[in-house]
Amino acid sequence: MSIKSLILAASSALALTAGAAVAKDSIIVAMQLEPPHLDPTSAAAGAIDSVLYSNVFEGLTRFMGDGSVVPGLAASWDISGDGLTYTFNLQAGVTFHDGTTLDAGDVKFSLDRARAEDSTNAQKALFADIADVTVVDAQTVKVTLAEPNGSFLFNLAWGDAVIVAPESIDNIKTNPIGTGAFKFANWMQGDRIDLQKNADYWGTPAVLNSVTFKFISDPTAAFSSVMAEDVDAFIGFPAPENIPQFEADPRFQVLVGSTEGETILSTNNKQAPFDNVLVRQAVAHAIDRQSIIDGAMFGYGTPIGSHFAPHNPAYVDLTGNSAYDPEKAKALLAEAGLADGFATTLHLPPPSYARRGGEIVAAQLAQVGIKAEIINVEWAQWLETVFRGKTFGLTIISHTEPMDIGIYARPEYYFQYDNKGFQELMSDLNATTDPDKRIALMQQAQTIISEDYVNGYLFQLAQLSVAKAGVQGLWSNAPTQATDLTAVSWAD
Amino acid sequence: MIRYSLKRLLSLILSLAVASLVIFFVIEIAPGDPASFMLGINAQPDTVAALRSELGLDQSKFARYADWVGGMVQGDFGTSYTYRTPVAGMISDRLWVSLPLALYALILSTLIAFPAGIYAAARRGKTGDMAVMGATQLGVAVPNFWFAMMLVLIFAINLRWFNAGGFAGWDNGLLAGLHSLTLPAISLALPQAAILARVMRSALLDILGEDFMRTARAKGLSRRQALWRHGLRNALIPVLTIIGLQFSFLLAGAIIIEQVFYLPGLGRLVFQAISARDLIVVESVVMLLVFAVITVNFLVDLAYAAVDPRLRNRT
Repeated sequence: MSIKSLILAASSALALTAGAAVAKDSIIVAMQLEPPHLDPTSAAAGAIDSVLYSNVFEGLTRFMGDGSVVPGLAASWDISGDGLTYTFNLQAGVTFHDGTTLDAGDVKFSLDRARAEDSTNAQKALFADIADVTVVDAQTVKVTLAEPNGSFLFNLAWGDAVIVAPESIDNIKTNPIGTGAFKFANWMQGDRIDLQKNADYWGTPAVLNSVTFKFISDPTAAFSSVMAEDVDAFIGFPAPENIPQFEADPRFQVLVGSTEGETILSTNNKQAPFDNVLVRQAVAHAIDRQSIIDGAMFGYGTPIGSHFAPHNPAYVDLTGNSAYDPEKAKALLAEAGLADGFATTLHLPPPSYARRGGEIVAAQLAQVGIKAEIINVEWAQWLETVFRGKTFGLTIISHTEPMDIGIYARPEYYFQYDNKGFQELMSDLNATTDPDKRIALMQQAQTIISEDYVNGYLFQLAQLSVAKAGVQGLWSNAPTQATDLTAVSWAD
Repeated sequence: MIRYSLKRLLSLILSLAVASLVIFFVIEIAPGDPASFMLGINAQPDTVAALRSELGLDQSKFARYADWVGGMVQGDFGTSYTYRTPVAGMISDRLWVSLPLALYALILSTLIAFPAGIYAAARRGKTGDMAVMGATQLGVAVPNFWFAMMLVLIFAINLRWFNAGGFAGWDNGLLAGLHSLTLPAISLALPQAAILARVMRSALLDILGEDFMRTARAKGLSRRQALWRHGLRNALIPVLTIIGLQFSFLLAGAIIIEQVFYLPGLGRLVFQAISARDLIVVESVVMLLVFAVITVNFLVDLAYAAVDPRLRNRT
């Protein structure tokens, strides 16, 4: 063998090992918040869903990346003519990660547990219409509703409705046992959670062998973790100001998607002078959405004119109702007898959309004579004073629950909007299963609250993620707070 | 000596009791209910009530205080509201990061400060002294999180010698663990080293003015020889006091550094617990830190008394 062929052989061997190194079968995914515990059915923390939804736990139905609802553990279902009885046929051969079989009894257990009197399910309202759950046979379960609920299949796709087993429920908070394509492996609290591929998965198996979630809350640390290539992807990157730098760097790809988060200037509809629709309308016209998006979110976000996600098929663009027009705002204030303006409070929770956005909103309101005193609060304090105590004038918050326009039908909800017509419309919507009729009703609902100027509608929160160039199959949108990794792989 | 120690011990227990009262009630007064925080804005009132009773929050404050203190005496710190695991276990997990980090930083700062302080004292007023003093001035003035960010920029992002953060875990070997603690330890150690070097220098200079040093010089030793043979040992007392204080500071004060390097230490635990209203975790960690500081003081007092009999008759 000549020296030349030796070198050739050596270099091709090197190329082979290099090739093997590229075909990675694991991924490190970073996110800002660590889950408090691992039970998606007993806390509102989105971080729990971020790690476990679809990866470890599955429901009867599930969300896809585009927000549509498709069959999950239920292979199919029949709905009775009156819309009251749902008969679900379960997927065959599904086992939990501890080897026990999934059957109709587990479904009954999960739904009954979620709606029980002593339940600590954060979204108990999703199950409020269920009158009875019965096991027909091992593969079939019948759910009877007290009244028709057109969003029932949608509700079952929530992380709070995943199917759990009585055998493993006691330790679910630290050792979650689900039916998903990944199983829980290890949790080093404060640092990371490891998942392993489930070799016995009933559906399309995951491509990756193992997955690590890392929790990095500080925006500066988030930036350096990506730049140093310590992590392969950062889902929900917290510093939009760094995004252009990643876009310019060939090592990375940037995913810009939409979320279910409507960022709104919530208004206390019971407090004077906001109980006057002219004042609320004046506030709406005093706000320049684009400059808030540019100033607070570095341009990422979609202007909205009502409480609805722009990617939803039923969305109507109503931003025209509240176009930026400070002169009109002043005229409206004068008409309401407040030509000299008035003073109010603006409570701002910690996220930067609120803190940065709030400064801009306050400045814009000042232009028309409304003096909004900024009060920075922590989340717990916000819940206590604004949400429960309802002692506020204005506040900024992103409502991230999917399809939550129904909160406007609850007069006791913190913005205290009480409109009988709207409440009836929502009952009609719940009673309707026909998709076209539902869309018409949802569009009507968006229009009512937009024309009533219940809140100032600012923008839909963007979902910003950064990943290494070779990562494929990540969700760019966030129809629910999931980081579904079941279809993620590395490009060759 | 025994009577003195008992008296000190009694005051230590009293301080701890007062501290526990203050910590518990100050933290409980702050607004924000842990249960409604966990359940978010869609939760119904009966769900919040169910969680409150599950967490024991429906009992009176005094009953909860008694439970908490009673448990702590037996080493049981209660159960975390958010993580739902025993707080004692969480704290000990985090101590496996925070304690080695504090020790590592302390060793580094001593290794830097001792030679620097001695060097400066030996060359009092000369260029070398001025250079060391200038550097320490900078070290005291610049915040350690800024050092941390610079270290990340240079050694993690550009040179790629270290990870930008995170902790490898001791299961992966001592070296891997130390490797992930190196940049945080350096950023913690630099400001400490600056303070320590200044204390070292001035302690040595004070000693130089003492009679026994003049005697040593008179016997023909050079300034430097006298410093090494007689000065150093005597200068160690104030320096060790500072080191003792620094250790408890490092343990408690690493919160920001643990954020910058996303290390799963005690500081990060408190940070997360405060924002999640996990009151019992906050209370227990703060109590533990108070206990550490008070105990260190107690031991220092005892050590002083052992060295200097005059102190025993005071107080």
